[in-house]
Amino acid sequence: MARLRGTGIAAVNYPTGMNLGGDPSQALIHATTSGSFVVSLSATDLGQGLKTVIGQIAAETLGVEFGEIVIDTADTDTGPHDMGTFASRATHRVGNAVIAAATEARQALLEVAAEELEAAVDDLEGDGHGNLLVKGVPTRSVRIAEIASMAQFKYGRTIAGRGAYMKPKSLVDPETGAMDPDSTEAHACTVAEVEVDTETGVVTVLSIRSAYEVGRQVNPALVQGQIAGGAWMGMSHALYETTAPYYPAVDHSPRDFSEYLMPGPLEMPEIECVVLEMPSSNGPYGVKGIGEMTANSPIPAIANAIYHATGVRFDDLPITPEKILRGLDAKRSGPS
Amino acid sequence: MSPDLNVVGNSVGRSDGIGHVTGRTRYTADRSFPGMLHLKMVRSPLHHARIRGIDLSAAERVPGFVRALTARDVPHNCYTILGLIGVEPEEEFVLAEDRVRFKGEAIVAIVAETEAAALEAVSKVQLDLEELPAVFDVEEALEPGAPIVTHWGNNTFMFEGHPCRRVRLGDVEQAFQQADYIVEGVYNTSPIEHAPLETTGCIAVPEANGRYTVYTNTQALYFSLDNTAIILQVPGSQLHFVGGTVGGGFGGKVDVIVEPIATLAAMKTNRPVRYTYSRAEEMQVSSTRSAWRIYVKDGVTRDGHIIARKVTSYADSGAYSRQTPYALTKHAANAAGPYAIPNVAIDAYCVYTNRQPTSAMRGFGVTMASFALEVQMDKIAEKVGADPWTIRFINAYHDGDMKPHRKLVEDATLIETMQAAATRVGHELPDVFRSMTSAPRDAGHDGGRS
Repeated sequence: MARLRGTGIAAVNYPTGMNLGGDPSQALIHATTSGSFVVSLSATDLGQGLKTVIGQIAAETLGVEFGEIVIDTADTDTGPHDMGTFASRATHRVGNAVIAAATEARQALLEVAAEELEAAVDDLEGDGHGNLLVKGVPTRSVRIAEIASMAQFKYGRTIAGRGAYMKPKSLVDPETGAMDPDSTEAHACTVAEVEVDTETGVVTVLSIRSAYEVGRQVNPALVQGQIAGGAWMGMSHALYETTAPYYPAVDHSPRDFSEYLMPGPLEMPEIECVVLEMPSSNGPYGVKGIGEMTANSPIPAIANAIYHATGVRFDDLPITPEKILRGLDAKRSGPS
Repeated sequence: MSPDLNVVGNSVGRSDGIGHVTGRTRYTADRSFPGMLHLKMVRSPLHHARIRGIDLSAAERVPGFVRALTARDVPHNCYTILGLIGVEPEEEFVLAEDRVRFKGEAIVAIVAETEAAALEAVSKVQLDLEELPAVFDVEEALEPGAPIVTHWGNNTFMFEGHPCRRVRLGDVEQAFQQADYIVEGVYNTSPIEHAPLETTGCIAVPEANGRYTVYTNTQALYFSLDNTAIILQVPGSQLHFVGGTVGGGFGGKVDVIVEPIATLAAMKTNRPVRYTYSRAEEMQVSSTRSAWRIYVKDGVTRDGHIIARKVTSYADSGAYSRQTPYALTKHAANAAGPYAIPNVAIDAYCVYTNRQPTSAMRGFGVTMASFALEVQMDKIAEKVGADPWTIRFINAYHDGDMKPHRKLVEDATLIETMQAAATRVGHELPDVFRSMTSAPRDAGHDGGRS
């Protein structure tokens, strides 16, 4: 009996969004009296931080501080239509809609500011921190918050914007499969290291180290969170999870987490990543979707590492200790 | 971070982070309303059966029982989620009519004053079922004489006249003849649960103005609202859907299972109705990821170039397809992997069985393809005597290459991520791979590919 170590790699692509029925998101933005901007959406935050990254994109385009953005979402009475949060689409689609809405709102803002500063709209610029300046005349500046207030009380104007983004519908050719199903593709390469206990069949994942290329990181900490969470999920998929342990048999289907196995904190390997940024042509600020893909490459990387360690191929997921022991027994009992 | 950006590229704190870590974030199930009723479902104990009769009399005598709903109460009982974007046919029953197609299928909704009363009434409903033969395996379901799951007579979803989603590029059979090696594999993946911390659920509340507010943890508010309007045959203006932070989605909350029946119950009783899955329902009734069986056959040259790839995939959709046909199309568009292969044939089947329905899940059709193909790549490497890095670099797609579904590759960065990963783990690549880029081949960076 031994503990065998192995290393495996996997390289993957993952599409951003899907549009076989047309894939729209819309956004509305308006300024309050104090210079905050309310971004109205119906997109849902699944816990991945959508509200945060959309707030960052709105702040960037409007030229205000992140703290001035209020995200008002997930209410069909106030938020314009959104297809939903899935298919690694939300940051890309909602982000683009918000850029469009923020661009329109910023134009309205600049028009009021131009009137107040007695300057042409084209002569104004923002400092990205809540101020508008007349180019080349730093003394002539005004707080965006002041303009927002004046728009209400002095000029009777709206500072608001509408934005829509849609990936148009792509029909699939039923004979050849010709189609345009996505907006861009992110890529990843993962290297997994495992140790296989030949007495118990238990696989310990020692490390999952990856490189991701995600176009542009809006919020690097949230990207890291996706990568760590996805690595865990992929590992869980590779080694633990099943609702039908003996598919196609229907027995032993789990009812709760004492029967449905997943790795706990003690099973977590070392997770490391490098993130490359090569902006996409159509994402907001070059974004590509990273939501789903982080669970993908760890699975084959772990399967390949187990083969490297044991010399036995396991092509059925999950690769449980039972399967490992049966595979090792088959190998010992001679050539198949 | 780009020097011309101020906010994008910063790790600003999550706007909802403090609420999450201090337990103050409100989820759907945290809400409560005066007079709120609880909905629990009578479910099929059999995998496949004809419904001969339903006896509610004992259930109606349970203290706290308010109302039962059966298929007859649902205005448009047979629907399909993706009907919104033109997918046909309508196939799923909100409440079972004459037949149940999987163990756990909803038959009668019981609405009661308390959860305990609802559960007790559920246990008192007498079902008269005639068990039917069932099928549980994707390939057995396609054999002649297999029990038919659907209401239209076969066990496959039809893609514009074909029983599978097809992709065709070049001529795989001819290329297999020219190949030095044929490498074949069959890969199976298990169904898995989304396992969100927060189970699927909603609360439907009648408002004084005649509208209904539905608090839900759906991932797609308008999917839910528009389907609810269709199923209940009410104008969308009568519905107001409110979401919020979802306690884990992963694709499991894109189906529209709880909102229509809870809203109907609120309409029939004129009281708020809560319908939230137990953990057991989440695991045994709500959609899972499909089980997949994927056959891969590759034709490879002596130096490791893949010249032909044939993929035949079966996704076990369970009793209803929900979002699964979409997964097959996405699978078909990605089943050749991030590689330039001139001859490709893909047949991807969405197969009905008498299992718990499956639907969207993180990676939707691609996760399973990536598993099969990336294990396959290692088998090819071994066959031709190359190392796993080499086989991927020499086959990697470049910008401007044609994908099997006839879309030109753009934004390709596979090569760059492999270089970065190799550097990260200290694996020394030969110069030819270190200097390779994903730029179009005619740009002179073809990395030695002939």
